[in-house]
Amino acid sequence: MSLADLLAGVIFVALNVYALLGGADYGGGVWGLLAGGPRKERQQELIAEAMGPVWEANHVWLILALVLLFTCFPPAFARLGIVLHIPLSLVLIGIVLRGSAFTFWRYGGAAGEKGRRWGVLFAVASLITPLLLGTAAGAIASGGLGQEARGEGGVGFYAGYMAPWLTPFALSVGVFALVAFSFLAGVYLTLEAEDAELQEDFRRRALGSGGALFCAALLVLVLSLGGAPLVREGLIFAPAALPLHLLTATTAVTALAALGYRRYRLARLLAAVQVSLILWGWALSQYPYILPPDLTIAAAAAPRATLRLVLGALVLGAVVLLPSLFYLFRVFKGRDVRHRRSEAISDV
Amino acid sequence: MRALSFVAMSDLVAARSQMGISLAFHIVFAVVGIAMPLMMVVAERRWQVTGHEIYLDLAKRWSRGTAILFAVGAVSGTVLSFELGLLWPGFMRFAGAIIGMPFSLEGFAFFTEAIFLGVYLYGWDRVPPPAHLGAGLIVAASGALSGIFVVIANAWMNAPAGFVLVNGQAVNVDPIAAMANSAALEQTVHMTLAAYAATGFAVAGVHAFLLLRDPDNAFHRRALTIALMVGAPAAVLQPLSGDFAARHLAVHQPVKLAAAEALFETQSGAPLTIGGWPDVEKRATRFAIEIPRGLSLLAFHDPGAEVKGLDAVPRNEWPNVAAVHLSFQVMVGIGTYLALVALWAGWLTWRGADLAHARWLLRAVALATPMGFIAVEAGWMVTELGRQPWVIYGVLRTADAVTPMPGLIVPFLTFTLLYGFLAVIVVWLLYRQIVRSPAVPEWRGFYMSGSGRREMGGGKRETGNGIA
Repeated sequence: MSLADLLAGVIFVALNVYALLGGADYGGGVWGLLAGGPRKERQQELIAEAMGPVWEANHVWLILALVLLFTCFPPAFARLGIVLHIPLSLVLIGIVLRGSAFTFWRYGGAAGEKGRRWGVLFAVASLITPLLLGTAAGAIASGGLGQEARGEGGVGFYAGYMAPWLTPFALSVGVFALVAFSFLAGVYLTLEAEDAELQEDFRRRALGSGGALFCAALLVLVLSLGGAPLVREGLIFAPAALPLHLLTATTAVTALAALGYRRYRLARLLAAVQVSLILWGWALSQYPYILPPDLTIAAAAAPRATLRLVLGALVLGAVVLLPSLFYLFRVFKGRDVRHRRSEAISDV
Repeated sequence: MRALSFVAMSDLVAARSQMGISLAFHIVFAVVGIAMPLMMVVAERRWQVTGHEIYLDLAKRWSRGTAILFAVGAVSGTVLSFELGLLWPGFMRFAGAIIGMPFSLEGFAFFTEAIFLGVYLYGWDRVPPPAHLGAGLIVAASGALSGIFVVIANAWMNAPAGFVLVNGQAVNVDPIAAMANSAALEQTVHMTLAAYAATGFAVAGVHAFLLLRDPDNAFHRRALTIALMVGAPAAVLQPLSGDFAARHLAVHQPVKLAAAEALFETQSGAPLTIGGWPDVEKRATRFAIEIPRGLSLLAFHDPGAEVKGLDAVPRNEWPNVAAVHLSFQVMVGIGTYLALVALWAGWLTWRGADLAHARWLLRAVALATPMGFIAVEAGWMVTELGRQPWVIYGVLRTADAVTPMPGLIVPFLTFTLLYGFLAVIVVWLLYRQIVRSPAVPEWRGFYMSGSGRREMGGGKRETGNGIA
């Protein structure tokens, strides 16, 4: 494995963590939008309390992946910026509205109806952003970002800037991302809930979205037959595909069973493993391409001097970051802190 | 007809406008994110030392404002990092490997900042007092570090280094040398001081205004003191750092300095042009005050030195002279004003005067409320517009870096509307925070007495509707 491969792997790890943490924050917004029943407001409150201290740190995983991408693989970043200009711009609008609305809702001091309006904007942006983010990922996986699709060869606006991502396969990945994030959030929220009723609410939601996730994954695989040759080869016909699917399926079924038996800690672990396995299945299926069908990791890589420095910075950064993140999550997500949340929020 | 000509805005101008709007918007929040945590930490430390709840109240109110501003800064910063590729793929393809390093380091610094801001904002009663204060200190330090890394990358665009250009390709890439470019130190010092001066004076200005109406308000008195402690020293040092930066320009970016000073002809003993309107066609500046030999003296510390004028480069390599000159005048004028007010406040304090009753000083400080931010924006206009038509000075033209995507007017207008909307909301929210400040006169003893060091009374008393 080359240095460039290693760094591409690190970037994908950052994206994986973003999906597990930042993704769940989007999912939280989705459940806020779908909140209902007698405990509607308590559900929304729980989601906001769970996200409050950590969402900004969770969001930085995306920025980290992005800056590492443009430092280590500048041509890939440039091509993404050109071909996916429209969906990525929409993702940005979603990110801006979502983050701002959340903060205005929690810190704006507007009580009642006005405050809730920000909550609604937050939830809607949480729904649309992962859909588009997933679509962009789907466009990459489909191999639609090739040299000829760069809009420079006089192919026209639609062919150059819309067609690469407006495909059934890419859109199905968008739906998959949305469902996966909602599933993660549902599972995590069972552990955030302080009382049994709320816990049951989110357990039901997690089970439902777990089922939906299975359907969405199936849809992605079926559409990959015509829409994403590398995914098809890697995830359906490759020799490693069967064991990978078996492992993922086992994890998924066990996660749902753990939810069924109310073993929430186990369910959380398995849900995270399940989503990670799917992501790594995608990554391995398109290796050695960073942007299939023509841009390889090696061809897009920055000079060795840059890669070595970035690797050094990553090691140093990890020494600072990992203990800090551990501390953050221990303080706010540790076993003994949840019962104190209700008194803490009045203080914010 | 107007609408038509607006639609006809070229894609390059639209891309530059979108980047400009995004930067102008983000920089306000970035600057606040650097200086505000320092003020929170000072207030919290004062509370821990004195036990006076008023400081705790202050720290909490400031941290609430910081929470809003930091979140908007974080998301608008995300927009910028994407926009590097969405608008300037040609720049990133060329420069990513050379100058991505400070952005990556900034990523780590920003990460640290976000983690400990979470601990700070939500951890008042979850972590012990020293850890809480420590979290605030880390936020303040990593905020400053984030800003420094980003400014290093910008300095590289002004003074490119760390690569060799062969047939339009960068070879022998050395990211460390790129970071150690010759403009890095000047720009980072200037920008960091600007952040403390602008934010310190903005906060001091608001409290000075309120003290003019209610001079005995204990809350505003403490707030004014802490804000000036952060803002005033930076404002006094800033002209020195400006001189340092201008002397660097004179040698390394003479065209930018010539545009800033509206110096059309290369000359020895060049005059300093204050104010006026540069007429590019006639190559003269009307209505300006000229100080003979002033520019040579400032730029080279030698009244007879030769200063390069705009005529040193072809006409098509000139920036927008009027815009750069005007921005420069605004920045220098405000910088001078803030430095003088800071010296005045320092002198009064040294004489043992009570600032809260020095009404003329309060008026001067209140007037300064928006000024630091105006100067920050103007300074960025100088450095960004002054570099045009280059995105990497002397290496890559902005026109060659822009995306081939057509119709860029659409994202430009969309993001302008989005940021306009957010700006209105943020101003309104901050206004609400300010009008809710406590009206507690100095003589009312209970407010000043330390009724238990870790009591949350200050926070609870005011929570009328959940989140105060």
